[in-house]
Amino acid sequence: MNVIPDYLTSPSDAGTLARLRGRLERAADAEGLLDVAYTTVDSPVGALLLAATPQGLVRVAYDIEDHDRVLDTLAQRLSPRVLRAPKRLDAAARELDEYFGGRRQAFDLPLDLSLSSGFRQLVQRHLPEIGYGQTRTYGQVATLVGNPKAVRAVGTACATNPLPVVVPCHRVLPASGGPGRYVGGPAAKVTLLTLEAA
Amino acid sequence: MREPFEKVVARHGDTVLRVCRVLLGVHDAEDAWSDTFLAALRAYPDLPDTANTEAWLVTIAHRKAIDVLRARKRQPAPVEKVPEAPTALGVPGDQDTDLWQAVAALPDRQRQAVAYHYVAGLPYAEIALILGGTTDAARRAAADGIKNLRKNYQGAAMEGAPS
Repeated sequence: MNVIPDYLTSPSDAGTLARLRGRLERAADAEGLLDVAYTTVDSPVGALLLAATPQGLVRVAYDIEDHDRVLDTLAQRLSPRVLRAPKRLDAAARELDEYFGGRRQAFDLPLDLSLSSGFRQLVQRHLPEIGYGQTRTYGQVATLVGNPKAVRAVGTACATNPLPVVVPCHRVLPASGGPGRYVGGPAAKVTLLTLEAA
Repeated sequence: MREPFEKVVARHGDTVLRVCRVLLGVHDAEDAWSDTFLAALRAYPDLPDTANTEAWLVTIAHRKAIDVLRARKRQPAPVEKVPEAPTALGVPGDQDTDLWQAVAALPDRQRQAVAYHYVAGLPYAEIALILGGTTDAARRAAADGIKNLRKNYQGAAMEGAPS
């Protein structure tokens, strides 16, 4: 039905929309409305979703976690004001790139740990004490945080780490041997440990 | 559950831009689009779960476009003029100038009704809420707008083009 000129209802060109998206991203940041900024980066362990609040990096997510679902969860738990805004993630993306290139052994990024709480957050705060190329068992980490009997709880804290790679839960292994479980899958854990052993 | 605002932009950004173009012309549409999505981002956490997101965005765009039109009327500059350099903005070329002039010449209410029904695809009941007045009045405004467009737009595209 040619009621009005097709032109009025034809899609806008992608370039204009991309430019307007960039303008929205900058205005939102300037107005303090960019509660959660995110981007995705490629890595040897697959595409990684990076998300940050104004406080710092709040989430690193593996592809197998389903990035859409992760974003839905961030919208629910933090704020629905979630926008793709790569600029806030520039430093994190650069440090990850250096890490995967073997040129960086520790991350120097502001972190926002608000997605975890209590004992889990306590464990996650201590994980960076396990240096690059080293490993600990779940039991050793339990002792490290002052609760030697909490081996299972340490396992849960590692499994629910919202900042894998950056907070190195991959350096925690089962005492029985093998890589053990990992939020990015066992193969990703082996890749990281191999990288750090090189 | 509130979905990430990014998805709202991805789903509705294009439609809102087309609505803004009909309301204001190509040039001012970009400012209205930006104002609309920034205001929407601000209010988004308080949007009721049951709300129709597109109607909500169009309502915001409606208000932002009125702001732009009011600002224009305060200025002595001629308003009938169609944007100077549409191609520089990545939008259609000269052959559409007549069309934009015909759209710009519509009475505000007719142009709004055409934009909200034919471009945004909103039902007349929703449009009546945005414009005020009855559903029938909204339907009449859109019909009159289309009639006027047909009468005034000389472009050949109006006649017999497939759709």
